[in-house]
Amino acid sequence: MSTGILLQLAQTLLAILLAPLLMGWVNQCRAWLQGRSAPPITQPYRTLKKLFHKDAVIAHNASPLFRFAPYMIFACMALAAGIVPTIANDLPFSPAADVIALVGIFALARVFLALAAMDIGTAFGSLGARREMLVSFLAEPALLMVFFTASFIAQSTELPVIVATLAHREFAIYPSITFAAVAFWMISVAENARIPVDNPGTHLELTMIHEAMILEYSARHLALIEWAVALKLFTYSALGIALFVPWGIAAQGDLAALPLALLAMVAKLLLGGAALAFLETISAKLRLFRAPEFLGTAFLLAVLGMLIHFLLEV
Amino acid sequence: MEIYWLLGIPLTGGIFLALWGCRKNAPEINALFSFLTLIAAALLTARIVEGGPMMVGAGWFFIDSFNVFLVALTALVAFTTSLFSRPYMRIEQEHGRLNAQRLRLYHSSYQIFIAAMLLALTTNNMGILWVAMEAATLATVLLVSLYRTPASLEAAWKYFILCGVGIALALFGTILLYFAAEKVLGSGGTALQWTQLNGVKAQLEPTVLSLAFVFLLVGYGTKVGLAPLHSWLPDAHAEGPTPVSAVLSGLLLNVALYAVMRSKVLVDGALGNNMAGNLMMGFGLLSVVLAAFLIKRQTDVKRMFAYSSIEHMGLITFAFGMGGAVANFAALLHMTMHSLTKSAIFFAVGHATQKAGTQLMADIRGLIQTNPTLGWGLMLGTVAILGVPPFGVFASEFLIITTAMHEHPWATPFLLLALGVAFASIFGKVQPMVFGETELPKLSYQPALTPVFLHLGLVLMLGLFIPPYLADWYRQAAQLLGG
Amino acid sequence: MTLTYHLQIVNLLAALLLLISFAMLSQRRIAGLITLFAWQGAALTASTALVAWSTGQHHLYYSAALTLVLKVIGMPWFFFRIVKKLDMDRDVEPMINIPTTMLIGIVLVIFSFNLALPISELSGTVMRSTLGIALACVLLAFLMMITRSKAIPQVIGFLAIENSLFFAATSATYGMPLVVELGVALDVMVGVFVMGIFFFQIRETFDSLDLKHMEKLKEK
Repeated sequence: MSTGILLQLAQTLLAILLAPLLMGWVNQCRAWLQGRSAPPITQPYRTLKKLFHKDAVIAHNASPLFRFAPYMIFACMALAAGIVPTIANDLPFSPAADVIALVGIFALARVFLALAAMDIGTAFGSLGARREMLVSFLAEPALLMVFFTASFIAQSTELPVIVATLAHREFAIYPSITFAAVAFWMISVAENARIPVDNPGTHLELTMIHEAMILEYSARHLALIEWAVALKLFTYSALGIALFVPWGIAAQGDLAALPLALLAMVAKLLLGGAALAFLETISAKLRLFRAPEFLGTAFLLAVLGMLIHFLLEV
Repeated sequence: MEIYWLLGIPLTGGIFLALWGCRKNAPEINALFSFLTLIAAALLTARIVEGGPMMVGAGWFFIDSFNVFLVALTALVAFTTSLFSRPYMRIEQEHGRLNAQRLRLYHSSYQIFIAAMLLALTTNNMGILWVAMEAATLATVLLVSLYRTPASLEAAWKYFILCGVGIALALFGTILLYFAAEKVLGSGGTALQWTQLNGVKAQLEPTVLSLAFVFLLVGYGTKVGLAPLHSWLPDAHAEGPTPVSAVLSGLLLNVALYAVMRSKVLVDGALGNNMAGNLMMGFGLLSVVLAAFLIKRQTDVKRMFAYSSIEHMGLITFAFGMGGAVANFAALLHMTMHSLTKSAIFFAVGHATQKAGTQLMADIRGLIQTNPTLGWGLMLGTVAILGVPPFGVFASEFLIITTAMHEHPWATPFLLLALGVAFASIFGKVQPMVFGETELPKLSYQPALTPVFLHLGLVLMLGLFIPPYLADWYRQAAQLLGG
Repeated sequence: MTLTYHLQIVNLLAALLLLISFAMLSQRRIAGLITLFAWQGAALTASTALVAWSTGQHHLYYSAALTLVLKVIGMPWFFFRIVKKLDMDRDVEPMINIPTTMLIGIVLVIFSFNLALPISELSGTVMRSTLGIALACVLLAFLMMITRSKAIPQVIGFLAIENSLFFAATSATYGMPLVVELGVALDVMVGVFVMGIFFFQIRETFDSLDLKHMEKLKEK
């Protein structure tokens, strides 16, 4: 039991610490692919450090919610990152890792972010919050559909069970999972404010979604939010890995498999990050009005996956 | 042996005319090939009348009284149409509406169209039947757009797409049929042979077959021109050259209905109830009523007679749907009558529109003055198709309606109403065309109206007296269809 | 799951066919549509060949080869050439907006899955469960034909129907008899050829391949 708790803590800490590195890796890949000289892979850490050392400036009319929100968002993301099985399955917190609960945790963070953005009352903040809500309003049902498809196969909505079913059973091709994977990819792109739905690198008022919401933040608040963003990317990647390429995650109590699981996870994250960078490089950002269509397609794919599951796999 | 001649002659004709069709005497060559086909059909018919049903070519072809009757009809109408088209297309060329190149296309496609229809009629394989039906469509698509006017292109495109979709549904029906058959007969070529299927029809899976029939009926029904998938038909008839309208109306619709009937026999055997018949009655009745009311609104003479074709095909489908010896007999008889009469009407209409330079009925007047033979031809044809005694159409319609009164009394009022409406509107529109006043000069040439009077003569004869051997023949065919 | 791996791949390819059908529905460019059509042919070829290999139905190899030559190489090439030659504008212009079309598409899929369920239970083939997908693809291609106003997308819809029917035949019965299949292929080829002629005629007459110009013949 105590090893379980230790392992759980280690996994959570690992996620929190590794998340900025993943962000750095994606940025580096992107720079390479675009023919720019890349910033060092540790750049996100430096940014965070710099931000933590600054003095926070807060608008006069900010309510306590505005100060409180970054901590809340960070906590939500840290919790999510901790319960998704990354290296080991069936840890003490695992019963909490229900996919529906997970969607709820993401939603909680988002609500706080949107509230904080509207709190100051600037035009950009409300604009960003509204756009964010539009995107999430479409992404959430699609995400749930993806989870449902996976849980139909495993007969459970608990992530550890799903992972155990998919990873440790005889290998089989599930067409439905393939559909769900594509849909999940599209949703992750939208939820993490990446191209083609949003561009994390610009502050262009016509197009930005996520950046518009955090314009008023500075110093440690901004650092927490940036960190939470990195954690979110990490969590989604870990989720994707757990659902679609779960091989290598150590089974319950299998300590000997841990080093291998760690290696596998790092390799998968590296590959996934590179793929994300590649896809971002080759695609153009969509107009905001096209975003619903993009997410609609994701929803459609997820539903198709589910239908195909009933047709081909029952 | 005759069967190979029957299929080979028009096919050779098609290829020959494609290569050498630019010559001056291409219309005569076309007529010659059609004549040879007619002879082959006559020989084949004689053989069947004597020897009964037969299989030819290792089971690839199957000929019984039902299809040989249609083969004879097809070959006959194809021949008379080629006779009519000879002067007609010449005049079109002189008017500058067509050039030698397009005439070559026309003649070649015409022969291939006939070949495809004959193949569809004689083949024993439900798959080949589909292929031949599709080939017949493809052969006529370019004929419909022969004049290259915007309207004719539109009509051809509609024809192509709608019939393409329809025929795709029929293919799905055929696949389902094969699917059901495969389990009884084993996979391979024989499982789609109609004779084989007919032998084991009671063992075929009923659910699959009923679904298959729905697809086949809708698919081939599109080509029959059954409502609500009829919308290609008036366009194609109105915009294509008149000989094409004549063969489309007189022959292609029959062949499509033939395909439906072949499927119906199988489905009836498998289901043991009248589901197929009921469907056909429904579609048939809908077509009759809808067409009758649409006839009223037409201003274009070819369109009007095209709707009349829909009406009559609906009537035949309804009769086949009722089933039973008398109804089938009546339907077969009506099929013959309609083919002969409708093609005769189109011949007459063709000359009339050519003369007037328009297809609008309001602009065609006083045919009896410009050319009395033409005027009488159109008038008699119209009277015949409207079912006035003593023409044969009266006999077959009378049979259909009395049977309907007997077996499905609820349908009779609809039928009578539709026939009444059609009668009033067609007669009311044709009458001024024939007897009205005109300033146009007399026709400068003698129109080729022999086919018109030949057809009408046949219809009249069959109305007064059906020779016993012919009646026997119809009766046999009716029995084959489950009488 | 007791299916062997190649049959799982066949199932995957079936799912891919359905995906491509949806992609065609949502495609806005003619060039993209033609490419998707080629991909559909490719998926069809692969699945047919796999079925042939795993069940020992040798005539399916011919069908697969025919599909490859006609629908993956021949027709897309022909279409690209026509598009280039006629220098047409490259948008597809759906008549109903695309998300609505997609929703209708989902309904069609559910409908066809339900319709196919009782039939596929009767089938003896290893890939019977894909019959529903084939039917869904047929209906989706129909939908595409109905909602497009230009000539080439309509024709591609027509050919996609043909592809799906072919897939249906393979999944329900291991394909039709070879003669029939050859005949069907011949018809399709002639059909495409006739359409090619048609395109030029339409273009010559209307100066566009937009079928909106062709709505004169209506019942008044």
